[in-house]
Amino acid sequence: MAERDGGDIYREFAKGLWKENPVFVQVLGMCPMLAVTNSAINAVAMAAATMFVLVGSSFLVSLLRKVIPKQVRISTYIIIIATFVTLADFTLQALSPSVHKELGAFIALIVVNCLILGRQEAFASRNGVLLSVLDALGMSFGFAIALLCLGSLREILGSGSIFGFSLCGPHFEPWVVMILPPGGFFMLGAILLFFGWWKEMKAKRRDSVTGRVA
Amino acid sequence: MSTPVSIGDGVETPREPGGARMIATLALAGLISGVAIVGVYELTLPTILANRARALKAAVLQVVPGSQTMKPFTLDGGALVEATDDTPVEERIYAAYDEGGNLLGYAIPGEGNGFQDVIELIYGYDPKERKIVGLQVLESRETPGLGDKIRKDAAFVANFDDLSVDPEVVVVKNSHKTKGNEVDAITGATISSKAVVKILNVTNDRWLSHLGEK
Repeated sequence: MAERDGGDIYREFAKGLWKENPVFVQVLGMCPMLAVTNSAINAVAMAAATMFVLVGSSFLVSLLRKVIPKQVRISTYIIIIATFVTLADFTLQALSPSVHKELGAFIALIVVNCLILGRQEAFASRNGVLLSVLDALGMSFGFAIALLCLGSLREILGSGSIFGFSLCGPHFEPWVVMILPPGGFFMLGAILLFFGWWKEMKAKRRDSVTGRVA
Repeated sequence: MSTPVSIGDGVETPREPGGARMIATLALAGLISGVAIVGVYELTLPTILANRARALKAAVLQVVPGSQTMKPFTLDGGALVEATDDTPVEERIYAAYDEGGNLLGYAIPGEGNGFQDVIELIYGYDPKERKIVGLQVLESRETPGLGDKIRKDAAFVANFDDLSVDPEVVVVKNSHKTKGNEVDAITGATISSKAVVKILNVTNDRWLSHLGEK
C-alpha cells in the first residue's frame, strides 16, 4: 500500500456517509433496513449493533489479512463476523431487554448483512488497520443515517411520534401502513427516487454550467 | 484513489498454502471465537437472568393489584405445592401476597396461537371472587396498529380488570358487553382478541380447579 496523507484518511471515512452510502447508493443491507425501521429507537439500536460488528470485524480481518489463506478467507470472515454478532446479541440482551425483544431475530441476522461481508472482502482484506477501521466507521455512520432517516419518517407517519414522544396529539389518525412492511418499501422507494432525481438535477446543472463556459 | 471494487481477486498470496494450514487457520478461528462467546455468555448471563426475573416479578405484581410479594407454585399429583428450582417455567404459577402475607390471588402464565406467532401472557386470578383481576401480554407479534392493541389499547386491557370466569370467558363484538364474563373485541382485531380469550379459557381449565382458597 502506498503512503496516505490526511486527505485520504478523511476521504475513506467520509465516503460511506454520503457518496458511497451503503443504503442509498450501494443499496446494501436492505433486509434489516426494511425490517427494523418502524420506529426511530429501533433504527438506532440496529445501527449501533451493526457498527459494533462492522468495526470489530474490519479491524480483525485487516489485522489478519496476511495470515489468512485466501482459499478459506470467506469462511474465516464469517466466523469472525458471527462471533461479533453473538457478542452484540448477548450484550444487548443484558443492557436493554426491551430493545432486544423488539429487534428479535434481526440482531442474529446481522451476520448475513451483505454490507458487512462486502466491506471485509472489498476493503478490509486489502488495506491497513487504520484505513479499514475508518472505512468501517464511515460505512456504519452512513448506515445509521439511512436507518434513522427511514425510521423517523415511518414513526412520524405511522405512529405520530418520534423516539416515543407524541408529536401530533391525540387527534392524529396514524397512517398505520407506514409501520407495516409495505410502508417500509414505499418509504425506501420514495427516498431512492429522491436520490435519483437529485443526482440527475446535479448532473444537469453541471452540464449547463460547463456548456455556458464553453 | 485505490479502492478495489471487484470481488474475488487481488488478495496478495504469493504461493499456494497447504491444506494443513487452511485447516489450522479455521480451527484456530473457531477456537478463539468459541472462547470469546463463552466468556461473554458467562459475563452477561447473571444480568440477563436478573432482568428476566425482574420483568416476571413486575408482571406478577401488576396483574394482581395491591400485591407486594410473590412465590412460585406448581402442581404435584393434583395438589398445589411450592415450586423448586427444578420446576420447569411452564409448570409454574405465582401466588401473590399483600404486605401482611395474605394471599390476594394467583398470577397464571398462559400461551397459545395468535394471528401471527405465539401470544404469551400472564393474568391475575382471585380465587375468592372467581374473577380475573388483571392481564399483561408478555410476548406477541400481532400486526402493528391492529392486533398489537391487545397490549397497547388500554380499553381492551381494562376488560380483564374485573372479569368473571364462570362459566367461561366469551368475546362479544361491537362493544355489546353486558355480562361479567364478556370481553369486548377490538374492532379490526377480532382474531387477536379471540386468541387472548381462548388462551384464558384453556389455561383456566388447567389450573382453576386446583386453586381453591388456601
